Amino acid sequence: MTARIGIVVFPGSNCEQDVFRATRDLGAEPQMVWHGDRELPDVDIVVLPGGFAHGDYLRTGALARFSPIMDAVREHSQQGRLTIGICNGFQVLCEAGLLPGALRKNAGLKFLCKWVELQVENAETPFTSRAERGQILRIPINHFEGNWYCEPAELERLRANRQIVLRYVDNPNGSLEAVAGIANDDFTVFGLMPHPERACEALLGSEDGITIFNSMIDHVTSKAAV
Amino acid sequence: MSYVASVNVMLKEGIADPQGLTIQRALPALGFEGVAEVRVGKRIVLKVDASTADEAREQVEQMCQRLLSNPVIESFEVVVQ
Repeated sequence: MTARIGIVVFPGSNCEQDVFRATRDLGAEPQMVWHGDRELPDVDIVVLPGGFAHGDYLRTGALARFSPIMDAVREHSQQGRLTIGICNGFQVLCEAGLLPGALRKNAGLKFLCKWVELQVENAETPFTSRAERGQILRIPINHFEGNWYCEPAELERLRANRQIVLRYVDNPNGSLEAVAGIANDDFTVFGLMPHPERACEALLGSEDGITIFNSMIDHVTSKAAV
Repeated sequence: MSYVASVNVMLKEGIADPQGLTIQRALPALGFEGVAEVRVGKRIVLKVDASTADEAREQVEQMCQRLLSNPVIESFEVVVQ
């Protein structure tokens, strides 16, 4: 079977075409979903792409979390289906309470646009099953608010439950514990600041982003085979 | 009645504020010594229709909890006039 992917487009999203192309080239069936719709089409995976949803006004993701589609996204994840938020999408998922913590301005107060190395901390998730624990992925970042934070008691829970999925090898933004990507407690929702869709073709400098998308596609297609 | 509510949103105590730190470091260069701490926040001013000041405050506090602040990293205070 083919994995069906819904890419949510907010006013101000700007990475949806990259996600579309990357997932299509991996054999999935992507389609765009407008943020103003109240229902998702029949999809296995929801992607909240990068960009500047609603102009990042007030706080990144603060307004996007109230977009009509977000109730359907919440329901989708409650049904055990996968959701991934990339960069601005990660910020939206944190604001929506679908992922723990919040994203603050980068510690150095600079917009960062560069290649970084990520270490896979948990390879037993639907988002990283194609990787091995400790594997290094080379994927670019492109953000001003990527400095993840949560309260100490919450951090303990996340550690114990292995929800910290990706860490920066060389922390670029001051993120607590160098967190680059985290999952929710049942591993149906994943958010990361780096852009795997920009690292899916050798011509672009890396194919390591394929690991993330293929893990999700595997999860969907293997489930269907059972 | 129409009330004016001012909301001050600040990063919570203990959460590093890189903007505040940068300003604090710049001040001595201008001759301002002895500034122990600088914190940067934002102020949101709302005109609210309500029957009493308390009702206006209650409405604005709910707005703060749901939208105007992020409780994970920010605190807020509401002043109603």
